[in-house]
Amino acid sequence: MEFTLISLLNGVTYGLLLFMLCGGLTLIFSMMGILNFAHASFYMLGAYLAFQLSAWLGFWPAFFLAPPLVGVAGALVERYGLRRAHRHGHVAELLFTFGLSFLAVEMVQLVWGKAVVDYRVPPSLEGTLFTLYSTSFPVYKGFMMLVSVGMLALLAALLAYTRTGLIIKAALSRPDMMQALGHDVPRIFTLVFAGGAALAGLAGVIGGNAFVTEPGMAAAVGPIVFVVVVVGGLGSLLGAFVASLLIGILQTFMVGWDYSIIDVARLFGMQLHSTSALTRLSLTQLAPIMPYLLMVAILIFRPRGLMGARS
Amino acid sequence: MSFVLSLLSRIGIMTIFALSYNMLLGQTGLLSFGHAVYFGLGSFATLHLLNALVAHGLPVSITLLPLFGGLAGLAFGLLFGFFTTRRAGTTFAMISLGIGEMVASSSLMFPAFFGGEGGITGNRVTGRGLFGIDYGTPLQMYCLIAAWAALCLLLTYGLTQTPLGRLANAVRDNPERVEFIGYSPHSIRYRMVALAGFFAGIAGGLSALQYEIVTAEALSDHLSGLVILMAFVGGTGTFYGPLIGAALVTVLQVAVASVTPAWPFYFGLVFLLIVLYAPGGIAGLLVQHKAVWQAGLLRRLLPAYLVAALPGAAVLLGTVAVVEMAYARGPERGDARLHLLFLPLDARSAVSWVLAAAAIAAGILLLKIASKQVAERWESVHAALAEAPR
Repeated sequence: MEFTLISLLNGVTYGLLLFMLCGGLTLIFSMMGILNFAHASFYMLGAYLAFQLSAWLGFWPAFFLAPPLVGVAGALVERYGLRRAHRHGHVAELLFTFGLSFLAVEMVQLVWGKAVVDYRVPPSLEGTLFTLYSTSFPVYKGFMMLVSVGMLALLAALLAYTRTGLIIKAALSRPDMMQALGHDVPRIFTLVFAGGAALAGLAGVIGGNAFVTEPGMAAAVGPIVFVVVVVGGLGSLLGAFVASLLIGILQTFMVGWDYSIIDVARLFGMQLHSTSALTRLSLTQLAPIMPYLLMVAILIFRPRGLMGARS
Repeated sequence: MSFVLSLLSRIGIMTIFALSYNMLLGQTGLLSFGHAVYFGLGSFATLHLLNALVAHGLPVSITLLPLFGGLAGLAFGLLFGFFTTRRAGTTFAMISLGIGEMVASSSLMFPAFFGGEGGITGNRVTGRGLFGIDYGTPLQMYCLIAAWAALCLLLTYGLTQTPLGRLANAVRDNPERVEFIGYSPHSIRYRMVALAGFFAGIAGGLSALQYEIVTAEALSDHLSGLVILMAFVGGTGTFYGPLIGAALVTVLQVAVASVTPAWPFYFGLVFLLIVLYAPGGIAGLLVQHKAVWQAGLLRRLLPAYLVAALPGAAVLLGTVAVVEMAYARGPERGDARLHLLFLPLDARSAVSWVLAAAAIAAGILLLKIASKQVAERWESVHAALAEAPR
């Protein structure tokens, strides 16, 4: 019971963080048809900027300054890079963001070095929020949850109730019509791209100190973000939300469950005496490839994803 | 001599790999981010077969062993290709990345097959050489690689001339019409992925024999990225483009890496510039200029190019200065002073930074003006080409 509850809480925290990344990616994808390979790089940039700014100004200024800065970087990338690559077609766009993700890692290493930087949880957010049975739940995880839920609620409200949201949604489905009505659609694209980048940056700000801030962090989370988008259904925000939580919770549980096929067989009264590597693999060991296995399974049984409208 | 041989051997292996990659990107329009999977699995399969044959005292033919790597690549191409090729475009790119990551991270889960962190090793000299060729020397190994590269070159070129190769081009350009004619784009993509897996596996097998060790690095996203770089820099629009790319990138990798630790940064920068400004790669530029040269109009372009080269050099120099100073200032290096050609730079003095930034800014400004000139010249050349009798 204790394990289940704590794992559930941890999984939801991780899943919400994932969704902050996937949400922006999905929005950008459904609007511009661009799969941004450099999206996880904005997450990394957010973490590094937050580290640098909190070293200079303290955590709270960094918390509020870093995401907009990442957003500005995103806008610049869209305006001066992607728009140019767009002329050469989708493959050029994909390759551009791919090259950018590679360059981002090199740039971060150039400025901050190859080692892990010391980006820590601020003292004001250290400590225990509550203790469940015997496991303590840290304040910072609660803070992460609060920030992600708050940010997502804000975003949902923005999309649903404001004029800006209305225009974005309209540009999403009928860009030509919006252009004809006199809206500057390329500028809306830049705005959405910047917004998605800022969201990823915010995820980096609150995720960078909870996990580790290092040059490999973008490569570690990048492929998982794509898996979430495929599993959820390309272009579906709700699908991405469900898939983020699903993968977050599943992965957290699998890390905790140290069972192998032999153990499961024993549960049903069978004694397996196998020494093959496959049967001795425990769920914990399988955790890193679980998202990919899930993706392959989804592709076989439901190619349009959990909530995708089209295949 | 042995350095040149090992460089040439690597170029040979990478040529096969880049050719197999271009079967997907250039010929079928499939952008794969996980092509190293087939290379790596071919490598592991080859070395395991070699070790097993030696352990059981069976006769080994090193000459034919890469073929087994190819068959392994083909088998995995048939396995993974079935899911990945249902759709093309962005979805395919994403799924290929997922499959690549899955295989790469499972390599650490099955240490019995993949050898864990250290990888697996073997010995290609089995002492059973025909005509005294036991592949003990680098030269003999190089000859083997060159022979396989030539064979693969012929086969991949031959493939472009077959109905399948032509249909792959058609699927790249307009899958809907191909479907209307009565072919299945899925099955055409599937066959191309499987065949590309075959050639990537051969390259992997040769690499296993050449280095006598295979680690998880052979499956990594790093290698997948490298092959994209080679194919794209060389040019995916032509058959020979990836050959140029494989040779150039491999040589530059060695040459630039020996001068500066920042070489991956420069590679990334060059890649981005090519994506943005010359999406046809080097081969694309060659094709463009060949037509101009044949019409005898190259004289009109050269002066504009020379004018543009000057600010271009300023931007290049400034960028290199900034990158090198950033590296020298960074946590990994102690000395902040460095020399760039004849220029003494100091990463701690503001003067060096300002100078470098000024060179970049002025260069970009002048480059904009110069590029207008180049564009005008190109227009006049195009007009002249259109008028010229064929």
